Amino acid sequence: MPYGDSEAVPDRIRPPVAIKILIAGGFGVGKTTLVSAVSEVRPLRTEETMSEPSALVDQLDGVELKSTTTVAMDFGRIAISEDLVVYLFGTPGQKRFWFMWDELAYGALGAVVMADTRRLADCFPSVDYFERRGMPFVVAVNCFDDARRYPRDTMRAALNLTPDVPLVLCDARQRGSSRDVLVALVEHAVTRLDGGRHATSAI
Amino acid sequence: MTPRRDGGSRDSRGPVVRPYAVTSGRTRPSGAAIDMVAVVSAIRSASVAGLELEQEHSLGPEHLRVLQSCRGPVAVADLAVDLDLPLGVVRILVADLREHGLVNVRQPTPSGLADIGTLKEVADALRRL
Repeated sequence: MPYGDSEAVPDRIRPPVAIKILIAGGFGVGKTTLVSAVSEVRPLRTEETMSEPSALVDQLDGVELKSTTTVAMDFGRIAISEDLVVYLFGTPGQKRFWFMWDELAYGALGAVVMADTRRLADCFPSVDYFERRGMPFVVAVNCFDDARRYPRDTMRAALNLTPDVPLVLCDARQRGSSRDVLVALVEHAVTRLDGGRHATSAI
Repeated sequence: MTPRRDGGSRDSRGPVVRPYAVTSGRTRPSGAAIDMVAVVSAIRSASVAGLELEQEHSLGPEHLRVLQSCRGPVAVADLAVDLDLPLGVVRILVADLREHGLVNVRQPTPSGLADIGTLKEVADALRRL
């Protein structure tokens, strides 16, 4: 490897630590709202190479059927201290951007899966994804004003959540509420690291 | 950290130079993958003024902008915002600089952050937000 932890950052006592948290969920569920409520939002865009659908049948030898597309990402930053920063990344919801997820998920502390009770199924793919990956996640039900309220157990059952996965209610517009979601995630990650996984079967 | 101009003022016609022009058309970084929160820092001896002539020739102005911006450790995503360049482009530029031995790239720990102390610090700090 041409890089790694080395002496190249000698000016600090501890190298800066960047913590990545993903904010996932269906389109319009409030990912952008949550990121804006709780962090300093920065305009991040990425250019992704996409293969064209192969409907173009002509054999164009040597011509790559590729184009780039601009993806604007929800990106927020919470500076905990000079050398400890939490980064929030809203995962692009549309199916065609799913190829970006593995990369987004790499090294992440965990994820917040946002849910809207009116369109609960929209968050199923995200729940599936983080379950499969074994990444800590919490489900944050964004309580829209006009959405029906359901008992927690009903929502857990509808999502088929394992008992250890926290489900929290939030109002993504409220800073305090969004902050509590992040705290719940970090605490969940700590519990899992602490060996809290053993507690799962006890419930 | 100076805030960038607000996003709304971005020219709707898009950039004048196609994004991958500054990477000579390459869309993938060389070498090992670079995470979006990997921390990049210029290696102490690497200053734009001190570049070898040969290095200077193979590097473009955007490389030099990146090099200047990472004199202190900075995350790749922040570099992209600071320089108003797409993330993918910044990764390629950083990989080039790494190949030239001009920057150090620290990847995040693969399984998240396996350090409970740091996580507790984060949780406490978030509670105070």
